[in-house]
Amino acid sequence: MSTTTSPVRDTWNVAIRELRPVVRDPFSLIFSLLQPIVFLGLFGPLLVGGSDQPVGETLAWFVPGVLVMIALFGVGVTGSNLLYEMQTGSHERTLVAPLSRSSLLIGRALKEMVPIIVQAAVIALVTIPFGFTVNLAGMIVGLVLLSLFGLGFGALSYTLALASRNRDWMFWGVQQATIFPLMILSGLLLPLDNGPEWMRVAAAVNPVRYVVDAERALFAGDFGSPSVLWGFAAAAVLAVVGLAVGIRAMKRSN
Amino acid sequence: MIRARGLTKQFTVKRERVDAVTDLDLDVERGELVAFLGPNGAGKSTSLRMLTTLLPPTSGTAEVAGYNVLSDPAQVRRRIGYIGQGNSAGHAQRVRDELLSQGAFYGMTRAGAAARADDLLESLDLAPLAKRAVTALSGGQRRRLDIALGLIHSPEILFLDEPSTGLDPQSRANLWQHILELRRTHGTTIFLTTHYLDEADQFAERILVMDHGRVIADDTATALKSTLAGDVITLGFESEADAAAARTTVERFTGAAPSVASPTALAVTVPDGDRVLPRVVRSLDTLATAALRQPTLDDVFLSLTGRSLREESATTTPAEPTAEKVDA
Repeated sequence: MSTTTSPVRDTWNVAIRELRPVVRDPFSLIFSLLQPIVFLGLFGPLLVGGSDQPVGETLAWFVPGVLVMIALFGVGVTGSNLLYEMQTGSHERTLVAPLSRSSLLIGRALKEMVPIIVQAAVIALVTIPFGFTVNLAGMIVGLVLLSLFGLGFGALSYTLALASRNRDWMFWGVQQATIFPLMILSGLLLPLDNGPEWMRVAAAVNPVRYVVDAERALFAGDFGSPSVLWGFAAAAVLAVVGLAVGIRAMKRSN
Repeated sequence: MIRARGLTKQFTVKRERVDAVTDLDLDVERGELVAFLGPNGAGKSTSLRMLTTLLPPTSGTAEVAGYNVLSDPAQVRRRIGYIGQGNSAGHAQRVRDELLSQGAFYGMTRAGAAARADDLLESLDLAPLAKRAVTALSGGQRRRLDIALGLIHSPEILFLDEPSTGLDPQSRANLWQHILELRRTHGTTIFLTTHYLDEADQFAERILVMDHGRVIADDTATALKSTLAGDVITLGFESEADAAAARTTVERFTGAAPSVASPTALAVTVPDGDRVLPRVVRSLDTLATAALRQPTLDDVFLSLTGRSLREESATTTPAEPTAEKVDA
């Protein structure tokens, strides 16, 4: 009955399994956009009101940041699914199956790319009537960058889950303690230019900050901007580090 | 199908060494139905986890379905089914989807996995629930889904860790009906752990009694009971004098020295109580009551360890250390 398996096929099968609940219930993707919509609806007007610039320009600055926020908050909690599967026995079942250990991590991390692309595209399109202008090619490249960021950040969330096994307070504690500094120090909500020196130094080592800058350039169609390159570099480093520590943690998880 | 030699697992929990399993030697033939019986923390699950490649042994070797668990885990995994203590299906998944994913994990084709999934859903009475979310299933339904997931690739050996813990009697009976059916139709080798005495007694052909990480007995339930426990005959009399006077007669007919069960009662342990009792009854005019109690596996455990398995299960013994605290 069984045929041969390969790590690539294993990874594909793991990713497909993770995607099944999303495909079965696509509305869940829209429902989890509630938080970014709240930020767009309640924080956006404050930004618009507090700035002398026209609405379109403020949105061009703010909306790409909100898209990164979707990835940050959506993917940041994804490890909790694995955490729960470790508690129920579902993860153990996959460890007994003839799957390569790395595929269990890579497949899960790859899956994170799909909801991000769908959600970010929905938000970007929804804001267009309010004055957000989109460069289509820039948006497509921007979504690719965002999904690469999601892959690495998702891998880190899974790593945290593997490290927090049987201690879910640790997962939530670390997740909460890191996600807000990462967000604020990315200049996603408010520009960092007016912040103190130490904040700008801290932001310089925050990969999210480079991704946010790159998204702003890309959505504006400014492909030549060096921040695009920096954004891809930061997301790539994050993906490599995330997958490396994640695979290591997965191999040690039995 | 299973061959283990000197299989040993030591954990380090809070800097203290815990000998979870010590020197396990094991031979299980194709088609056998074997149960590990013992209290919590006896090393049953740890043994099973080593045999199913989930836990590397500290020392010793094990071959399962012809492959070494340490050097060839992928080949072992391909050939075994494992149903752990928890629930195998993902909470966010739908019933049939999980079976299809599981089939893909074992390298089955889409069509092959779909056909097998539908067969299993049918035979495990899960067909009406195929599109249901796993979270919406009852405990018994989830356990049946666990079985289906463990069987998707028609494994040669099925390992079950405490398969019926937490199930109501009806679901337990139903579960066992499926396990026995599987064995009858496919000759699957079945290896399980249990702390339910009646379960081991009723279904397992061979019982390995485990305590403190060691196998302390290995035989059929009937043989274990007759060699290790024996039948207890309790004889009641009208007065203490009658009881005392009957002692020599009882010893003559039973071949065993009776003990004083109460001031007016004697108790004697014999291997074949049902044959001995009528003779004793006929030989004693003063007898007021007579009772025969045939042994349970608990009596076997009591005679092996001096402790009752029921007491052990009732009091909370520390659970077996789980893998994450482990320094192997």
